[in-house]
Amino acid sequence: MSTALLTDLTIFILALLVGIEVIGKVPATLHTPLMSATNAIHGIVLVGALLIGVTAHNAVGYVLAFIASFFAGANVVGGYAVTGRMLKMFRRKAVPPAAGQPELGSLDGHRGLRGLAGRIGIGKGQS
Amino acid sequence: MTGFTGYIQLVYVLVAALFVIGLHLMNSPATARRGNQVALTGMVIAGIATLVLMAHDGTVTATGWIVLIVGALLGSAAGLWAARTVQMTAIPQLVSAFNSLGGGAAALVAIYGYYDAESRGTVLGTTSVFTVLDVLIGAVTFSGSIIAAGKLQGLIAGQPVIVKGGRVLNVVLAVVALGSGAFMFGTASLPAMLVMVLAALGFGVMMVLPIGGADMPVVISLLNAFTGTAVAMAGFVIGNWALIVAGALVGASGSILTKLMADAMNRSLGNIIVGGFGTGDGAAALAAGGDAQIRPIAADDAAIQLAYAAKVIIVPGYGLAAAQAQHGVAELAKVLEDHGVEVSYAIHPVAGRMPGHMNVLLAEANVPYPQLKEMDEINPEFARTDVALVIGANDVTNPAARRPGNAISGMPILDVDQAKSIIVIKRSMGHGYAGIDNELYTNPKTSMYFADAKKAAADLTAAVKTLVG
Repeated sequence: MSTALLTDLTIFILALLVGIEVIGKVPATLHTPLMSATNAIHGIVLVGALLIGVTAHNAVGYVLAFIASFFAGANVVGGYAVTGRMLKMFRRKAVPPAAGQPELGSLDGHRGLRGLAGRIGIGKGQS
Repeated sequence: MTGFTGYIQLVYVLVAALFVIGLHLMNSPATARRGNQVALTGMVIAGIATLVLMAHDGTVTATGWIVLIVGALLGSAAGLWAARTVQMTAIPQLVSAFNSLGGGAAALVAIYGYYDAESRGTVLGTTSVFTVLDVLIGAVTFSGSIIAAGKLQGLIAGQPVIVKGGRVLNVVLAVVALGSGAFMFGTASLPAMLVMVLAALGFGVMMVLPIGGADMPVVISLLNAFTGTAVAMAGFVIGNWALIVAGALVGASGSILTKLMADAMNRSLGNIIVGGFGTGDGAAALAAGGDAQIRPIAADDAAIQLAYAAKVIIVPGYGLAAAQAQHGVAELAKVLEDHGVEVSYAIHPVAGRMPGHMNVLLAEANVPYPQLKEMDEINPEFARTDVALVIGANDVTNPAARRPGNAISGMPILDVDQAKSIIVIKRSMGHGYAGIDNELYTNPKTSMYFADAKKAAADLTAAVKTLVG
Protein backbone atom coordinates (compact mmCIF):
# COMPACT_ATOMS: atom_id res chain seq x y z
CA MET A 1 0.00 0.00 0.00
CA SER A 2 1.54 3.27 -1.15
CA THR A 3 1.91 6.38 0.97
CA ALA A 4 -0.33 8.32 -1.41
CA LEU A 5 -3.11 5.77 -1.00
CA LEU A 6 -2.74 5.79 2.77
CA THR A 7 -2.94 9.58 2.80
CA ASP A 8 -6.04 9.52 0.61
CA LEU A 9 -7.71 6.94 2.83
CA THR A 10 -6.87 8.92 5.97
CA ILE A 11 -8.38 12.05 4.46
CA PHE A 12 -11.47 10.14 3.37
CA ILE A 13 -12.14 8.60 6.78
CA LEU A 14 -11.54 11.86 8.65
CA ALA A 15 -13.75 13.81 6.22
CA LEU A 16 -16.49 11.22 6.71
CA LEU A 17 -16.31 11.68 10.49
CA VAL A 18 -16.26 15.47 10.19
CA GLY A 19 -19.26 15.21 7.88
CA ILE A 20 -21.24 13.12 10.35
CA GLU A 21 -20.38 15.55 13.14
CA VAL A 22 -21.23 18.71 11.17
CA ILE A 23 -24.34 17.43 9.38
CA GLY A 24 -25.77 15.98 12.60
CA LYS A 25 -26.22 19.52 13.89
CA VAL A 26 -28.32 20.75 10.98
CA PRO A 27 -31.98 21.21 12.07
CA ALA A 28 -34.73 19.32 10.22
CA THR A 29 -36.11 22.67 9.04
CA LEU A 30 -33.07 23.01 6.78
CA HIS A 31 -32.78 19.44 5.53
CA THR A 32 -33.92 20.24 2.01
CA PRO A 33 -31.52 23.18 1.56
CA LEU A 34 -28.84 20.99 3.17
CA MET A 35 -29.32 18.24 0.65
CA SER A 36 -29.38 20.79 -2.12
CA ALA A 37 -26.16 22.36 -0.82
CA THR A 38 -24.40 19.00 -0.60
CA ASN A 39 -25.74 18.41 -4.09
CA ALA A 40 -23.86 21.50 -5.22
CA ILE A 41 -20.76 20.41 -3.32
CA HIS A 42 -20.58 17.09 -5.14
CA GLY A 43 -20.43 19.27 -8.24
CA ILE A 44 -16.71 19.42 -7.36
CA VAL A 45 -16.56 16.48 -9.75
CA LEU A 46 -16.26 19.28 -12.31
CA VAL A 47 -12.58 19.34 -11.37
CA GLY A 48 -12.30 15.70 -12.40
CA ALA A 49 -14.23 16.37 -15.59
CA LEU A 50 -11.95 19.26 -16.55
CA LEU A 51 -8.83 17.20 -15.88
CA ILE A 52 -9.99 14.71 -18.53
CA GLY A 53 -8.98 17.42 -20.98
CA VAL A 54 -5.32 17.12 -19.95
CA THR A 55 -4.98 13.82 -21.79
CA ALA A 56 -7.94 13.82 -24.18
CA HIS A 57 -6.60 13.84 -27.74
CA ASN A 58 -9.15 11.97 -29.82
CA ALA A 59 -12.86 11.94 -30.56
CA VAL A 60 -13.83 9.50 -27.80
CA GLY A 61 -11.87 11.53 -25.25
CA TYR A 62 -13.46 14.77 -26.39
CA VAL A 63 -16.97 13.33 -26.28
CA LEU A 64 -16.47 11.97 -22.77
CA ALA A 65 -14.90 15.27 -21.67
CA PHE A 66 -17.84 17.19 -23.12
CA ILE A 67 -20.50 15.05 -21.44
CA ALA A 68 -18.70 15.01 -18.10
CA SER A 69 -18.12 18.78 -18.05
CA PHE A 70 -21.72 19.41 -19.14
CA PHE A 71 -23.07 17.17 -16.36
CA ALA A 72 -20.78 18.61 -13.71
CA GLY A 73 -21.36 22.22 -14.83
CA ALA A 74 -25.14 21.82 -14.61
CA ASN A 75 -24.77 20.07 -11.25
CA VAL A 76 -22.59 22.70 -9.64
CA VAL A 77 -24.21 25.89 -10.94
CA GLY A 78 -27.77 24.62 -10.64
CA GLY A 79 -27.10 23.24 -7.18
CA TYR A 80 -25.80 26.50 -5.76
CA ALA A 81 -28.44 28.59 -7.49
CA VAL A 82 -31.39 26.59 -6.23
CA THR A 83 -29.95 26.38 -2.71
CA GLY A 84 -29.52 30.14 -2.64
CA ARG A 85 -33.04 30.61 -3.90
CA MET A 86 -34.47 28.36 -1.22
CA LEU A 87 -32.49 29.84 1.64
CA LYS A 88 -33.59 33.32 0.66
CA MET A 89 -37.16 32.27 1.51
CA PHE A 90 -36.33 31.41 5.12
CA ARG A 91 -37.16 34.53 7.09
CA ARG A 92 -37.40 35.14 10.79
CA LYS A 93 -40.38 37.47 10.28
CA ALA A 94 -42.92 37.52 7.50
CA VAL A 95 -42.25 40.34 5.08
CA PRO A 96 -45.15 42.67 4.26
CA PRO A 97 -46.81 41.62 1.01
CA ALA A 98 -45.79 44.83 -0.78
CA ALA A 99 -42.10 44.01 -0.48
CA GLY A 100 -42.66 40.31 -0.74
CA GLN A 101 -41.68 38.53 -3.89
CA PRO A 102 -42.82 34.96 -3.79
CA GLU A 103 -41.28 32.80 -6.48
CA LEU A 104 -39.94 34.35 -9.62
CA GLY A 105 -40.65 37.95 -8.64
CA SER A 106 -37.18 38.11 -7.16
CA LEU A 107 -35.71 37.77 -10.62
CA ASP A 108 -37.06 41.11 -11.76
CA GLY A 109 -35.30 44.37 -11.32
CA HIS A 110 -31.87 42.90 -10.81
CA ARG A 111 -29.96 43.36 -13.96
CA GLY A 112 -26.35 42.77 -14.73
CA LEU A 113 -23.65 40.95 -12.86
CA ARG A 114 -24.73 42.03 -9.42
CA GLY A 115 -28.21 40.74 -10.03
CA LEU A 116 -26.79 37.48 -11.32
CA ALA A 117 -24.55 37.22 -8.28
CA GLY A 118 -27.54 37.81 -6.04
CA ARG A 119 -29.59 35.24 -7.87
CA ILE A 120 -27.12 32.45 -7.66
CA GLY A 121 -26.44 33.30 -4.06
CA ILE A 122 -23.07 35.02 -4.06
CA GLY A 123 -22.33 38.57 -2.98
CA LYS A 124 -24.93 40.46 -1.06
CA GLY A 125 -27.81 40.07 -3.45
CA GLN A 126 -30.98 41.31 -1.88
CA SER A 127 -32.54 40.05 1.26
CA MET B 1 4.11 15.84 -5.14
CA THR B 2 6.39 18.83 -5.22
CA GLY B 3 6.55 22.28 -6.71
CA PHE B 4 3.62 23.52 -8.66
CA THR B 5 1.17 20.62 -8.26
CA GLY B 6 1.96 20.68 -4.54
CA TYR B 7 0.77 24.28 -4.31
CA ILE B 8 -2.37 23.43 -6.26
CA GLN B 9 -3.06 20.52 -3.91
CA LEU B 10 -2.68 23.00 -1.05
CA VAL B 11 -5.40 25.11 -2.65
CA TYR B 12 -7.63 22.03 -2.78
CA VAL B 13 -7.11 21.62 0.97
CA LEU B 14 -8.38 25.18 1.44
CA VAL B 15 -11.35 24.34 -0.76
CA ALA B 16 -12.14 21.30 1.39
CA ALA B 17 -11.98 23.48 4.50
CA LEU B 18 -14.40 25.98 2.96
CA PHE B 19 -16.86 23.15 2.22
CA VAL B 20 -16.77 22.04 5.85
CA ILE B 21 -17.21 25.59 7.14
CA GLY B 22 -20.03 26.17 4.68
CA LEU B 23 -21.88 23.07 5.84
CA HIS B 24 -21.25 24.01 9.46
CA LEU B 25 -23.00 27.34 8.86
CA MET B 26 -26.05 25.41 7.64
CA ASN B 27 -26.84 24.57 11.28
CA SER B 28 -29.12 27.61 11.62
CA PRO B 29 -31.49 29.36 9.21
CA ALA B 30 -29.87 32.65 10.20
CA THR B 31 -26.42 31.67 8.88
CA ALA B 32 -27.37 29.14 6.21
CA ARG B 33 -27.19 31.58 3.31
CA ARG B 34 -23.69 32.55 4.32
CA GLY B 35 -22.85 28.86 4.47
CA ASN B 36 -23.96 28.38 0.90
CA GLN B 37 -21.88 31.36 -0.16
CA VAL B 38 -18.79 30.04 1.63
CA ALA B 39 -19.16 26.68 -0.09
CA LEU B 40 -19.66 28.45 -3.42
CA THR B 41 -16.48 30.45 -2.83
CA GLY B 42 -14.66 27.15 -2.30
CA MET B 43 -16.05 25.86 -5.56
CA VAL B 44 -14.96 28.94 -7.52
CA ILE B 45 -11.44 28.66 -6.06
CA ALA B 46 -11.33 24.96 -6.98
CA GLY B 47 -12.37 25.79 -10.53
CA ILE B 48 -9.74 28.49 -10.93
CA ALA B 49 -6.99 26.31 -9.42
CA THR B 50 -7.88 23.51 -11.82
CA LEU B 51 -7.79 25.81 -14.85
CA VAL B 52 -4.40 27.16 -13.71
CA LEU B 53 -3.12 23.62 -13.28
CA MET B 54 -4.29 22.68 -16.77
CA ALA B 55 -2.78 25.78 -18.36
CA HIS B 56 0.50 25.16 -16.52
CA ASP B 57 0.51 21.57 -17.67
CA GLY B 58 0.19 22.76 -21.25
CA THR B 59 -0.99 19.48 -22.75
CA VAL B 60 -4.62 20.46 -23.25
CA THR B 61 -5.28 20.77 -26.97
CA ALA B 62 -7.19 23.70 -28.45
CA THR B 63 -10.05 21.32 -29.20
CA GLY B 64 -9.84 20.07 -25.66
CA TRP B 65 -10.24 23.58 -24.24
CA ILE B 66 -13.17 24.33 -26.52
CA VAL B 67 -14.92 21.07 -25.70
CA LEU B 68 -14.48 21.54 -21.95
CA ILE B 69 -15.44 25.20 -21.85
CA VAL B 70 -18.43 24.86 -24.15
CA GLY B 71 -19.56 21.76 -22.24
CA ALA B 72 -19.23 23.41 -18.85
CA LEU B 73 -20.89 26.64 -20.00
CA LEU B 74 -23.83 24.87 -21.66
CA GLY B 75 -24.22 22.72 -18.58
CA SER B 76 -24.07 25.77 -16.31
CA ALA B 77 -26.69 27.56 -18.37
CA ALA B 78 -28.97 24.52 -18.23
CA GLY B 79 -28.43 24.15 -14.49
CA LEU B 80 -29.06 27.83 -13.83
CA TRP B 81 -32.21 27.79 -15.92
CA ALA B 82 -33.54 24.75 -14.09
CA ALA B 83 -32.68 26.21 -10.70
CA ARG B 84 -34.40 29.51 -11.45
CA THR B 85 -37.57 28.17 -12.99
CA VAL B 86 -38.25 25.13 -10.80
CA GLN B 87 -41.35 25.20 -8.62
CA MET B 88 -40.65 24.58 -4.96
CA THR B 89 -42.96 21.56 -5.06
CA ALA B 90 -40.63 20.13 -7.72
CA ILE B 91 -37.41 20.53 -5.73
CA PRO B 92 -37.16 16.77 -5.06
CA GLN B 93 -37.09 16.06 -8.80
CA LEU B 94 -34.39 18.67 -9.34
CA VAL B 95 -32.24 17.36 -6.50
CA SER B 96 -32.65 13.90 -7.96
CA ALA B 97 -31.60 15.16 -11.38
CA PHE B 98 -28.49 16.78 -9.90
CA ASN B 99 -27.68 13.51 -8.13
CA SER B 100 -27.92 11.82 -11.48
CA LEU B 101 -25.60 14.32 -13.16
CA GLY B 102 -23.03 14.18 -10.36
CA GLY B 103 -23.03 10.38 -10.31
CA GLY B 104 -22.80 10.22 -14.10
CA ALA B 105 -19.89 12.68 -14.23
CA ALA B 106 -18.07 10.75 -11.48
CA ALA B 107 -18.47 7.49 -13.40
CA LEU B 108 -17.27 9.14 -16.61
CA VAL B 109 -14.07 10.34 -14.91
CA ALA B 110 -13.08 6.76 -14.12
CA ILE B 111 -14.33 5.37 -17.43
CA TYR B 112 -12.24 7.90 -19.30
CA GLY B 113 -9.15 7.13 -17.23
CA TYR B 114 -9.56 3.50 -18.17
CA TYR B 115 -10.14 4.18 -21.83
CA ASP B 116 -7.22 6.60 -21.99
CA ALA B 117 -4.74 4.12 -20.53
CA GLU B 118 -5.89 1.42 -22.94
CA SER B 119 -5.84 3.67 -26.01
CA ARG B 120 -2.23 4.58 -25.27
CA GLY B 121 -1.36 0.92 -25.26
CA THR B 122 -0.39 1.14 -21.61
CA VAL B 123 -0.42 -2.25 -19.99
CA LEU B 124 -3.26 -1.80 -17.59
CA GLY B 125 -2.43 -4.73 -15.38
CA THR B 126 -5.07 -4.88 -12.72
CA THR B 127 -7.86 -2.41 -12.11
CA SER B 128 -7.94 -0.39 -8.94
CA VAL B 129 -10.80 -1.06 -6.58
CA PHE B 130 -11.60 2.65 -6.63
CA THR B 131 -12.14 2.69 -10.38
CA VAL B 132 -14.53 -0.24 -10.10
CA LEU B 133 -16.41 1.32 -7.17
CA ASP B 134 -16.59 4.73 -8.83
CA VAL B 135 -18.06 3.32 -12.04
CA LEU B 136 -20.43 0.92 -10.27
CA ILE B 137 -21.85 3.43 -7.81
CA GLY B 138 -21.81 6.31 -10.29
CA ALA B 139 -23.69 4.35 -12.94
CA VAL B 140 -26.29 3.01 -10.50
CA THR B 141 -26.83 6.55 -9.19
CA PHE B 142 -27.10 7.96 -12.69
CA SER B 143 -29.88 5.68 -13.90
CA GLY B 144 -31.56 5.26 -10.51
CA SER B 145 -31.84 9.01 -10.00
CA ILE B 146 -33.32 9.51 -13.45
CA ILE B 147 -36.04 6.99 -12.59
CA ALA B 148 -36.59 8.65 -9.19
CA ALA B 149 -36.90 12.08 -10.82
CA GLY B 150 -39.29 10.62 -13.41
CA LYS B 151 -41.48 9.15 -10.68
CA LEU B 152 -41.52 12.41 -8.74
CA GLN B 153 -42.35 14.38 -11.87
CA GLY B 154 -45.14 11.93 -12.67
CA LEU B 155 -43.53 10.83 -15.93
CA ILE B 156 -43.27 7.32 -14.53
CA ALA B 157 -46.02 5.82 -12.41
CA GLY B 158 -45.55 6.69 -8.76
CA GLN B 159 -46.85 3.30 -7.71
CA PRO B 160 -44.34 0.53 -7.31
CA VAL B 161 -43.73 -0.81 -10.81
CA ILE B 162 -43.43 -4.54 -10.40
CA VAL B 163 -41.81 -6.13 -13.42
CA LYS B 164 -42.42 -9.84 -13.73
CA GLY B 165 -39.25 -11.58 -12.70
CA GLY B 166 -37.86 -8.22 -11.67
CA ARG B 167 -36.12 -9.57 -8.60
CA VAL B 168 -34.42 -12.29 -10.59
CA LEU B 169 -33.32 -9.74 -13.18
CA ASN B 170 -32.03 -7.55 -10.36
CA VAL B 171 -29.92 -10.34 -8.98
CA VAL B 172 -28.61 -11.20 -12.45
CA LEU B 173 -27.65 -7.58 -13.12
CA ALA B 174 -25.94 -7.29 -9.75
CA VAL B 175 -24.02 -10.52 -10.31
CA VAL B 176 -22.94 -9.43 -13.81
CA ALA B 177 -21.87 -5.98 -12.60
CA LEU B 178 -19.96 -7.27 -9.60
CA GLY B 179 -18.59 -10.20 -11.59
CA SER B 180 -17.13 -8.02 -14.32
CA GLY B 181 -15.77 -5.72 -11.60
CA ALA B 182 -14.10 -8.67 -9.90
CA PHE B 183 -12.78 -9.92 -13.25
CA MET B 184 -11.08 -6.56 -13.81
CA PHE B 185 -9.15 -6.87 -10.58
CA GLY B 186 -7.37 -9.74 -12.23
CA THR B 187 -7.18 -8.51 -15.81
CA ALA B 188 -7.85 -5.00 -17.00
CA SER B 189 -10.31 -5.14 -19.88
CA LEU B 190 -12.27 -2.44 -21.67
CA PRO B 191 -15.08 -4.80 -22.76
CA ALA B 192 -15.49 -5.95 -19.16
CA MET B 193 -15.73 -2.30 -18.16
CA LEU B 194 -18.50 -1.73 -20.72
CA VAL B 195 -20.41 -4.77 -19.51
CA MET B 196 -20.10 -3.50 -15.95
CA VAL B 197 -21.40 -0.04 -16.90
CA LEU B 198 -24.43 -1.45 -18.71
CA ALA B 199 -25.27 -3.88 -15.92
CA ALA B 200 -24.93 -1.14 -13.30
CA LEU B 201 -27.18 1.20 -15.31
CA GLY B 202 -29.77 -1.55 -15.58
CA PHE B 203 -29.50 -2.29 -11.89
CA GLY B 204 -30.11 1.37 -11.02
CA VAL B 205 -33.35 1.36 -13.04
CA MET B 206 -34.53 -1.92 -11.57
CA MET B 207 -33.66 -0.82 -8.06
CA VAL B 208 -35.82 2.33 -8.07
CA LEU B 209 -38.75 1.20 -10.27
CA PRO B 210 -40.44 -0.96 -7.61
CA ILE B 211 -40.24 1.73 -4.92
CA GLY B 212 -43.44 3.64 -4.15
CA GLY B 213 -43.82 7.41 -4.30
CA ALA B 214 -44.23 7.80 -0.55
CA ASP B 215 -40.82 6.20 0.03
CA MET B 216 -39.12 8.85 -2.08
CA PRO B 217 -37.63 10.78 0.88
CA VAL B 218 -35.55 7.71 1.66
CA VAL B 219 -34.65 6.99 -1.95
CA ILE B 220 -33.49 10.53 -2.68
CA SER B 221 -31.37 10.58 0.47
CA LEU B 222 -29.84 7.24 -0.40
CA LEU B 223 -29.02 8.29 -3.97
CA ASN B 224 -27.52 11.49 -2.56
CA ALA B 225 -25.23 9.38 -0.37
CA PHE B 226 -24.36 7.25 -3.42
CA THR B 227 -23.42 10.31 -5.47
CA GLY B 228 -21.16 11.55 -2.70
CA THR B 229 -19.47 8.18 -2.46
CA ALA B 230 -19.01 8.00 -6.23
CA VAL B 231 -17.40 11.46 -6.24
CA ALA B 232 -15.08 10.45 -3.39
CA MET B 233 -14.08 7.35 -5.37
CA ALA B 234 -13.40 9.57 -8.39
CA GLY B 235 -11.16 11.56 -6.05
CA PHE B 236 -9.20 8.39 -5.27
CA VAL B 237 -8.93 7.59 -8.97
CA ILE B 238 -7.42 10.94 -9.92
CA GLY B 239 -5.73 11.54 -6.56
CA ASN B 240 -7.56 14.74 -5.72
CA TRP B 241 -8.22 15.66 -2.10
CA ALA B 242 -10.99 18.17 -2.83
CA LEU B 243 -13.05 15.42 -4.48
CA ILE B 244 -12.32 12.98 -1.67
CA VAL B 245 -13.35 15.40 1.08
CA ALA B 246 -16.39 16.79 -0.75
CA GLY B 247 -17.53 13.27 -1.64
CA ALA B 248 -17.11 12.08 1.94
CA LEU B 249 -19.09 15.04 3.27
CA VAL B 250 -21.95 14.40 0.86
CA GLY B 251 -21.80 10.68 1.59
CA ALA B 252 -22.08 11.37 5.31
CA SER B 253 -24.93 13.82 4.81
CA GLY B 254 -26.88 11.49 2.55
CA SER B 255 -26.40 8.57 4.93
CA ILE B 256 -27.59 10.57 7.95
CA LEU B 257 -30.69 11.77 6.09
CA THR B 258 -31.40 8.26 4.82
CA LYS B 259 -31.37 6.95 8.38
CA LEU B 260 -33.52 9.82 9.68
CA MET B 261 -36.11 9.27 6.95
CA ALA B 262 -36.21 5.50 7.36
CA ASP B 263 -36.58 5.92 11.14
CA ALA B 264 -39.38 8.47 10.66
CA MET B 265 -41.28 5.90 8.59
CA ASN B 266 -40.36 3.13 10.97
CA ARG B 267 -39.09 1.01 8.12
CA SER B 268 -35.75 -0.54 7.47
CA LEU B 269 -33.82 0.44 4.39
CA GLY B 270 -33.94 -3.13 3.13
CA ASN B 271 -37.71 -3.20 3.48
CA ILE B 272 -38.03 -0.02 1.40
CA ILE B 273 -35.65 -1.16 -1.34
CA VAL B 274 -37.34 -4.54 -1.65
CA GLY B 275 -40.63 -2.71 -2.16
CA GLY B 276 -43.26 -2.08 0.41
CA PHE B 277 -46.89 -1.65 1.06
CA GLY B 278 -48.96 0.47 -1.31
CA THR B 279 -48.12 4.00 -2.31
CA GLY B 280 -50.63 6.30 -0.66
CA ASP B 281 -50.84 8.58 -3.69
CA GLY B 282 -53.95 7.02 -5.09
CA ALA B 283 -55.36 5.27 -2.06
CA ALA B 284 -58.88 4.09 -2.66
CA ALA B 285 -61.62 5.81 -0.70
CA LEU B 286 -63.26 3.51 1.74
CA ALA B 287 -66.19 4.00 4.03
CA ALA B 288 -65.22 4.41 7.65
CA GLY B 289 -64.99 0.92 8.97
CA GLY B 290 -67.51 -0.62 11.35
CA ASP B 291 -69.65 1.45 13.64
CA ALA B 292 -67.08 4.19 14.20
CA GLN B 293 -68.70 7.60 14.08
CA ILE B 294 -67.26 10.56 12.28
CA ARG B 295 -68.42 14.12 12.73
CA PRO B 296 -68.46 16.29 9.61
CA ILE B 297 -68.07 20.03 10.06
CA ALA B 298 -68.69 23.02 7.77
CA ALA B 299 -66.46 26.01 7.15
CA ASP B 300 -68.39 28.39 9.41
CA ASP B 301 -68.24 26.12 12.46
CA ALA B 302 -64.59 25.33 11.88
CA ALA B 303 -63.87 29.06 11.56
CA ILE B 304 -65.57 29.74 14.90
CA GLN B 305 -63.38 27.13 16.61
CA LEU B 306 -60.25 28.60 15.07
CA ALA B 307 -61.09 32.25 15.67
CA TYR B 308 -61.83 31.73 19.35
CA ALA B 309 -58.85 29.51 20.06
CA ALA B 310 -55.84 30.78 21.97
CA LYS B 311 -53.44 28.33 20.38
CA VAL B 312 -53.69 26.59 17.02
CA ILE B 313 -51.26 24.06 15.56
CA ILE B 314 -51.41 23.39 11.84
CA VAL B 315 -50.33 19.90 10.80
CA PRO B 316 -49.46 19.93 7.09
CA GLY B 317 -48.85 16.80 5.03
CA TYR B 318 -47.99 16.03 1.45
CA GLY B 319 -51.65 16.45 0.49
CA LEU B 320 -51.25 20.16 1.25
CA ALA B 321 -48.44 20.48 -1.26
CA ALA B 322 -50.25 18.31 -3.80
CA ALA B 323 -53.25 20.66 -3.59
CA GLN B 324 -50.95 23.71 -3.82
CA ALA B 325 -52.63 24.95 -0.65
CA GLN B 326 -49.56 26.24 1.21
CA HIS B 327 -50.17 29.89 0.30
CA GLY B 328 -53.83 29.71 1.28
CA VAL B 329 -53.00 28.04 4.59
CA ALA B 330 -50.33 30.65 5.32
CA GLU B 331 -52.90 33.36 4.73
CA LEU B 332 -55.36 31.69 7.09
CA ALA B 333 -52.61 31.51 9.72
CA LYS B 334 -51.81 35.18 9.18
CA VAL B 335 -55.44 36.22 9.69
CA LEU B 336 -55.62 34.14 12.88
CA GLU B 337 -52.37 35.61 14.17
CA ASP B 338 -53.55 39.14 13.51
CA HIS B 339 -56.56 38.25 15.61
CA GLY B 340 -54.24 37.25 18.47
CA VAL B 341 -54.25 33.46 18.01
CA GLU B 342 -50.91 31.75 18.55
CA VAL B 343 -50.21 29.69 15.43
CA SER B 344 -47.43 27.22 14.76
CA TYR B 345 -46.80 24.38 12.33
CA ALA B 346 -46.02 20.80 13.32
CA ILE B 347 -43.74 19.28 10.70
CA HIS B 348 -43.25 15.53 10.61
CA PRO B 349 -39.88 14.49 9.13
CA VAL B 350 -41.54 12.76 6.17
CA ALA B 351 -44.12 15.46 5.38
CA GLY B 352 -43.19 15.98 1.75
CA ARG B 353 -41.23 14.16 -0.88
CA MET B 354 -37.74 14.74 0.49
CA PRO B 355 -36.24 15.52 3.91
CA GLY B 356 -37.43 18.94 5.10
CA HIS B 357 -39.47 19.57 1.97
CA MET B 358 -42.52 20.93 3.82
CA ASN B 359 -40.41 23.61 5.50
CA VAL B 360 -39.31 24.97 2.14
CA LEU B 361 -42.88 25.01 0.83
CA LEU B 362 -44.06 26.95 3.89
CA ALA B 363 -41.07 29.28 3.83
CA GLU B 364 -41.96 30.01 0.22
CA ALA B 365 -45.49 30.87 1.38
CA ASN B 366 -43.87 33.48 3.63
CA VAL B 367 -44.24 31.57 6.89
CA PRO B 368 -41.51 32.77 9.28
CA TYR B 369 -39.20 29.88 10.19
CA PRO B 370 -39.59 30.25 13.99
CA GLN B 371 -43.18 29.00 13.51
CA LEU B 372 -41.98 25.77 11.87
CA LYS B 373 -41.62 23.23 14.67
CA GLU B 374 -39.97 19.83 14.48
CA MET B 375 -41.83 16.80 15.80
CA ASP B 376 -39.95 16.45 19.11
CA GLU B 377 -40.29 20.14 19.78
CA ILE B 378 -44.03 20.43 19.09
CA ASN B 379 -45.36 17.16 20.53
CA PRO B 380 -45.44 18.36 24.18
CA GLU B 381 -47.40 21.44 23.03
CA PHE B 382 -50.44 19.58 21.67
CA ALA B 383 -51.88 19.05 25.16
CA ARG B 384 -52.28 22.79 25.65
CA THR B 385 -53.51 23.43 22.11
CA ASP B 386 -57.13 24.41 21.51
CA VAL B 387 -57.36 23.38 17.87
CA ALA B 388 -55.09 21.13 15.83
CA LEU B 389 -55.79 21.70 12.14
CA VAL B 390 -54.68 18.67 10.11
CA ILE B 391 -54.32 19.36 6.38
CA GLY B 392 -53.28 16.56 4.07
CA ALA B 393 -51.46 14.57 6.74
CA ASN B 394 -52.67 11.07 7.52
CA ASP B 395 -50.53 8.20 8.77
CA VAL B 396 -48.21 10.50 10.75
CA THR B 397 -51.18 11.48 12.95
CA ASN B 398 -52.60 7.99 13.51
CA PRO B 399 -52.57 7.03 17.21
CA ALA B 400 -52.60 3.37 16.14
CA ALA B 401 -48.82 3.74 15.76
CA ARG B 402 -48.52 3.61 19.54
CA ARG B 403 -49.99 0.09 19.62
CA PRO B 404 -48.21 -3.00 18.38
CA GLY B 405 -49.64 -5.20 15.69
CA ASN B 406 -50.40 -2.93 12.72
CA ALA B 407 -48.65 -1.54 9.66
CA ILE B 408 -47.43 1.61 11.35
CA SER B 409 -46.69 0.28 14.86
CA GLY B 410 -43.73 2.08 16.34
CA MET B 411 -43.67 4.85 13.76
CA PRO B 412 -43.00 8.20 15.44
CA ILE B 413 -46.17 10.30 15.11
CA LEU B 414 -47.38 13.79 15.91
CA ASP B 415 -49.48 13.70 19.09
CA VAL B 416 -52.41 15.44 17.42
CA ASP B 417 -54.96 13.47 19.47
CA GLN B 418 -53.74 15.26 22.62
CA ALA B 419 -55.18 18.58 21.42
CA LYS B 420 -58.43 19.81 22.94
CA SER B 421 -60.12 19.64 19.57
CA ILE B 422 -59.07 18.53 16.13
CA ILE B 423 -60.19 19.57 12.67
CA VAL B 424 -59.12 17.39 9.76
CA ILE B 425 -59.36 18.78 6.24
CA LYS B 426 -59.52 15.91 3.79
CA ARG B 427 -61.20 15.11 0.52
CA SER B 428 -62.54 11.74 1.58
CA MET B 429 -62.07 9.00 4.12
CA GLY B 430 -59.32 7.54 1.93
CA HIS B 431 -56.39 5.78 3.49
CA GLY B 432 -52.84 6.98 3.83
CA TYR B 433 -50.12 5.01 2.20
CA ALA B 434 -49.98 2.50 5.02
CA GLY B 435 -53.49 1.51 3.95
CA ILE B 436 -55.09 1.43 7.40
CA ASP B 437 -57.90 3.38 9.08
CA ASN B 438 -56.79 6.49 10.91
CA GLU B 439 -58.17 6.29 14.44
CA LEU B 440 -57.78 10.02 14.79
CA TYR B 441 -60.77 10.53 12.48
CA THR B 442 -63.14 8.65 14.76
CA ASN B 443 -61.87 10.34 17.92
CA PRO B 444 -64.80 12.14 19.62
CA LYS B 445 -62.73 15.34 19.65
CA THR B 446 -62.25 15.26 15.89
CA SER B 447 -64.35 17.01 13.25
CA MET B 448 -63.92 16.12 9.60
CA TYR B 449 -64.03 18.93 7.07
CA PHE B 450 -64.39 17.26 3.67
CA ALA B 451 -62.96 19.54 0.99
CA ASP B 452 -60.00 20.17 -1.25
CA ALA B 453 -57.23 21.69 0.88
CA LYS B 454 -56.83 24.80 -1.23
CA LYS B 455 -60.54 25.59 -1.34
CA ALA B 456 -60.92 24.79 2.34
CA ALA B 457 -58.13 27.21 3.26
CA ALA B 458 -59.74 29.98 1.22
CA ASP B 459 -63.22 29.31 2.67
CA LEU B 460 -61.90 29.18 6.22
CA THR B 461 -59.96 32.42 5.74
CA ALA B 462 -63.07 34.15 4.44
CA ALA B 463 -65.20 32.78 7.28
CA VAL B 464 -62.67 33.81 9.94
CA LYS B 465 -62.44 37.29 8.41
CA THR B 466 -66.22 37.66 8.62
CA LEU B 467 -66.12 36.62 12.26
CA VAL B 468 -63.32 38.88 13.41
CA GLY B 469 -63.61 41.66 10.86
